[in-house]
Parts: sequence; C-alpha cells; structure tokens
Amino acid sequence: MPEKRIVLKNCGVIDPKNIATYLAADGLKAWQKARQMAPEKVIEEVKAAGLRGRGGAGFPCGLKWELARKSPGDEKYVICNADEGEIGTFKDRYILENDPFTLIEGIAIAAYAVGAKQAFIYLRAEYHHLLDLLTSAVSQSHEQGLEVNIEIREGAGAYVCGEESALMESIEGGRGEARYKPPFPPNRGLWQKPTIINNVETLMNIPRIILNGAGWFSQTGTEKSKGTKVFSVSGDVARPGVYELILGSPLRELVIDLAGAEKVKMVQIGGATGRIVPYTMIDTPLSFETILGAGSIIVYDESRDTIDIVYRTLEFLAEESCGKCSPCREGTEAMAEILARFDRGEGREKDIKVLEELARAMSISALCGLGQAAPTPVTDSLQYFREDYAKRIKQGGKVRC
Amino acid sequence: MSKVATNPENLLARLKQAQDRLGYLPEECLAEVARSLNMPLSEVYGVATFYSFLSTRPLGRNVIRVCKSLPCYLKNSRMIVESIEDKLGIRPGGTTPDGRFSLALVNCIGACDIAPAMLINHDVHGDLTPRKISRILQSYE
Ligand SMILES: Cc1cc2nc3c(=O)[nH]c(=O)nc-3n(C[C@H](O)[C@H](O)[C@H](O)COP(=O)(O)O)c2cc1C
Ligand code: SF4
Ligand code: FES
Repeated sequence: MPEKRIVLKNCGVIDPKNIATYLAADGLKAWQKARQMAPEKVIEEVKAAGLRGRGGAGFPCGLKWELARKSPGDEKYVICNADEGEIGTFKDRYILENDPFTLIEGIAIAAYAVGAKQAFIYLRAEYHHLLDLLTSAVSQSHEQGLEVNIEIREGAGAYVCGEESALMESIEGGRGEARYKPPFPPNRGLWQKPTIINNVETLMNIPRIILNGAGWFSQTGTEKSKGTKVFSVSGDVARPGVYELILGSPLRELVIDLAGAEKVKMVQIGGATGRIVPYTMIDTPLSFETILGAGSIIVYDESRDTIDIVYRTLEFLAEESCGKCSPCREGTEAMAEILARFDRGEGREKDIKVLEELARAMSISALCGLGQAAPTPVTDSLQYFREDYAKRIKQGGKVRC
Repeated sequence: MSKVATNPENLLARLKQAQDRLGYLPEECLAEVARSLNMPLSEVYGVATFYSFLSTRPLGRNVIRVCKSLPCYLKNSRMIVESIEDKLGIRPGGTTPDGRFSLALVNCIGACDIAPAMLINHDVHGDLTPRKISRILQSYE
C-alpha cells in the first residue's frame, strides 16, 4: 500500500507562513466544530477514535484528557512536546516546517476539551531555526480568535527533557530531571496543576478526528492501533525522509519499497531505547501491538557491525542519562564500558552475563523511560546477533574477528 | 501575555538570556543570578551545567555542532569532523585562537534525512562533504 497522508495532508500543499492558505484548506473548521460541542463530547470523540500517543508510549489520548478534565482546579495546562530528541527522528521538525497551523488547531481543541487557558509548545534548542515560523503561525492563529494563549518555550539541549516530567521541570526553569510518579501530569503536572502533554503528531490528528468523526478515523489501522503513523527513515537507504503509513503496514513496505533499502542487516525501530530487529523480521507489521516507538527507523546494511552500533547507542544513553537514579546512571555507563571492550575485540565470556543482569536490574528499577528502556538494544542484539558478541571474545590474548 | 510567560523568576530563562547576551556564563554572572533569585549558587550552577546549549566556558563567536549520532555516523560524520579539525586547527571542545569558531560534537539534531549534518549557531547544514566545509566556514565571520 502506498503512503496515506492524513496527518501530513497539508504538508507541501499550504504555505506555512500564511494562514489564509490554511483556512482555504478547511483550516480551523474542526476547532469551530469542537466549540459547538460540549468539552466532554470532544473527549468522547477522541476516545472513540482510539487515538494513542505518537511520542513513543502509545497512551490513549482521550483517557489522558478525561483525567485532566476531571481533575479539580481552574488552572490547567496543555503542553505540546516538540522536543524530538530521539536519535533518527525528524518527523516533528517536518510537520512544524510544513504545517504549524494544524498543530496549533489541535492544541486549541485540546485546551477547550480539558479546560486550559494556557498552553506551551516546548521546542528543542536544536530547532531554533523554526522559531520565527512557529511564532508567526501562533500569532496568526491567535488573530483568528483562539481562546487559549499559546506560548513557545525553548529547550536548552538535553535529550531527557523529552520525557514528560523532565520537560515540566525544564519549563519551570530547573534541571530537566524526571520526577517520581505518581502523581501523574493529568492530576499534578506543570506547577503542580492538572496538565496534559502530547506529542506534536498526536495533536495533529485531533482536527482530523473532530472534523471527520471517530468512525472515519478508526476505520484505518489495526484493532489496537488506529490511524496512521509518521515515520522518519534514515541510515542505509536510498531515499531517507518522512513517510506516513497506515498503522499495521509491514516494515518491508517502509524500508524497502518506499525508502529503497538494499541488503538490509537490521533495523533499529524507535531510536536509542527502541528495538533492534534482524532482516528476517522485515515483514513485521508496524503497530503498538508489535513494534513502533516514536517512528524512528534507522536502517543498517550488511556492511555494518552490530557491536559498533549497540556500543554507540549505549554511549549516547550514558551521555544523556540525567543521573538522578543510580540504576540508569551507573548501568548505562557500565554497559557502554563493556560494549567498548567488545568493540575492541576484548570481550570476556562473563561480560555477557553481566550485561544480561544489568539489563534486568535497570528495566525494573530505573526511574524513567530512559533507564528502563536503555537495555533494549543490548538485549535485542544478544537475542538476534549473539554470534557477533561471541566473535569479539578475547581468546588467550589473541583477538578473533 | 500571561503571568507565567514573563515570570522573571525562571532560572533557565535567565541563564539563556545571559548566554545569548554574553556568549557564555561567567562565574560573576551565575553569582548575580543566584543573588537576584535568592537561590543557592549550587542550584544555579546545577542548571547551567545541565544543558548542552549553556556553557560556563567562553565560546567562539560561532559554535559549530557536528552531529555524531548513528545516522550521521553511518554517513561518515567522522570525515566531516576531521575536515573541520584540519581547517581550523582545533579539536572538539576547542576554540580557535582568534575566537571565531568553537567546535563541539553533539547528539542527533533532527536532520538525519540530510546526514551528515551540523549546526553552526542556529543554522542547519546537511548533506555535508569535506569539500563543502570550506565554503560553509567562510560564510561565518
Ligand atoms: C527519555 C525520553 C525521551 C522522550 N522524548 C520525547 C520527545 O522528544 N517527544 C515526545 O513527544 N515524547 C517523548 N517522550 C515521551 C514523553 O514522556 C510522553 O510520553 C509524551 O510526550 C506523551 O505524548 P503522547 O501521549 O502524545 O505520545 C520521551 C520519553 C522518554 C522516557
Ligand atoms: S532513568 Fe536515567 S534519565 Fe531517567 S531519571 Fe533515572 S537517571 Fe534520569
Ligand atoms: S543523527 Fe545526525 S541529525 Fe540525526
């Protein structure tokens, strides 16, 4: 099946600098429609659509909104997560560059639904080049009478700030370290007020759902993964870029048919904390039931070295660990160190056991998703490419390769 | 503008402003921010050192951030770094003696579709080759 552009429908079609072109493409019609509905009805529609978060975790969007709506208090916030720091992801950048207006409309509808008057877009520092475009889109949208005040907050360079509670710490002005949970943001989030935080792409789906109805939306996808997903494809492919596919589409279609990969050895799905799958799994459907993440797809061909890739992935995670909890702080360091040894051909038999034990400990005891999922590339590569580790075990002073 | 928007108490916002104005965060500046926000210096320092776009050391007028993450690494980002090192005579972490450039290696900047990529200040440069580097560097004073 070819691409299906629901989220990206306006990209390359409208002029992102000019709201008139957006209004001519049904822009703000969903927001107008939503305001004729009771907020609870808007939330019902999002729930019925089966929309799940596109930022990686796949939490049901409508449920999150409902929790925030029902939380007591007049002061509530909406946050759009545009921190996009995962290795190999650039789809939110593509969306912001090409269609900031749909995102803003999605934020306005979210604010109406949960009862928030203030919203923030948290934009990573690396995307400062998009700030003027986005600022202009926000002010043009405000001129159309949006009730919610949308403010753009820029990050300052830290991968972990994409994690929702770390992001809130950062907006509040502190170190971007994850918080202990509960409480969860819909109860107590930004400045301890009820807050919903959603990924850029999640919010892009909202105007489509409101305008066309939950029934229309939930026709596409699989049982537990409705709608489409926007993927960022990079690495050993002929045509790197952003592709939108119906959820449940096979990995092969994306990587080989669309992006033009050849001689694939493995694919890293979901970035540094994501899964690593061998070519034999190329027909795996991409969905929340199987493998998805935030849509980062890095393709490695047969010339690539597994250990090198896993080592670099763990090195990244060790660098970006915020250091608040020791399983992650120490665990990522220790894993990177062991992998460096294998990379040099100086691995030891017992190191593999240590890696496996660290992986288990980290996944159950780390505080946030970074540390919990950091062992994934290690455990996946040990499962599918164990012989690559074996080849790097030092044998009586002689390196076998 | 809402109340939160202009909140002068926001430590990170204060540090970012100072960084933009001064190019880095000297010790006097951290002390001054700590005093005016009535916060311990250690807390201010803790934030100043947490974020990669804040620096407590002086930087060059132009900061080159070459991406070293996997998609760029696969596209030979190391050659790009070597080419910059050769042309400027500095290593990652260094600043040219004339203060024109600083060089840093950073993680994914969200431009993997045009890997290998780098930022100079806030400009994205992609599909880099060693040959392109001279021309790009020339355009920064
Ligand atoms: C280390 C880490 C980094 C994350 N980075 C991002 C990010 O850059 N963008 C994003 O939308 N979500 C990111 N998330 C997920 C967020 O914590 C959160 O689940 C998400 O913003 C919720 O929005 P959604 O339900 O619409 O997906 C990250 C999570 C972790 C643990
Ligand atoms: S798991 Fe890692 S990133 Fe998350 S809080 Fe602990 S140290 Fe910080
Ligand atoms: S890996 Fe270099 S820009 Fe993403």
